[in-house]
Amino acid sequence: MSLAKPAMRGLLGKRLRFHLPIAFALSLVAAAAFKYGVTEPRKQAYADFYKQYDTTKEFNNMRDAGVFESVRTTGE
Amino acid sequence: MLHLTTGRVGCLLSKQAVVALTGSGARMSSHGHHEVSDSVDMSQPMYWDRLDTPLPDRPWKDVLDSTDKSLKQKEKGPWTALSKEEKIALYRLKFNLTYPEMKRPSHEWKTVIGGMFIVFGITGLVVFWQCHYVYPPQPPTFDEEWQAKQLQRMLDMRTNPIEGLSSQWDYKNKQWK
Repeated sequence: MSLAKPAMRGLLGKRLRFHLPIAFALSLVAAAAFKYGVTEPRKQAYADFYKQYDTTKEFNNMRDAGVFESVRTTGE
Repeated sequence: MLHLTTGRVGCLLSKQAVVALTGSGARMSSHGHHEVSDSVDMSQPMYWDRLDTPLPDRPWKDVLDSTDKSLKQKEKGPWTALSKEEKIALYRLKFNLTYPEMKRPSHEWKTVIGGMFIVFGITGLVVFWQCHYVYPPQPPTFDEEWQAKQLQRMLDMRTNPIEGLSSQWDYKNKQWK
């Protein structure tokens, strides 16, 4: 009932050969997930917002609300 | 040397703490050297019960009486000739505790959790006293009315209108989306 001699060399190499491709793949997945989960929707949100953004209308709304210091509210 | 300092510490701490400090450390055998109980001769091979270092420098019982000696003689022959009780007796000669005995759970966690809660309680009292006697008066910016006016101003200014605050406010119906 003699046991097999355990692996004495190449342990780090074996570990790296196993773990590095996985690490690389997971990093790519994380980057892709962030790109398509966060940055692309954000770019789209900005694009959609400015597509129908009326600068003058928003300015007048803000002015009527009284948040400006250099522009008086309409009707003053 | 470890045993010497823990012996001295023993005066300050409870017996339980001293045992805990030395529990996984060196211990004297039952039929061992006749020394002062607090000190151990560190120049001699030591015995220990440790999970991580299994084979101590010396067996548990190294002063053997005649029955033990005859058993040790029998051990020199084929082990298949040994009965189960003899094997166990040989183990107990060599070792003090078995692995399950070493790993036995203790009631220490209750002390730890209890002490933790006591400290939380004391800290809570200190914090409460501090809130009452140390803190300066709260700034007006924390009042409900002020906070409401602040939020209204932020919405008026259209802060973060694309993905943030103002994007969640419905300006037409004057409510949250």
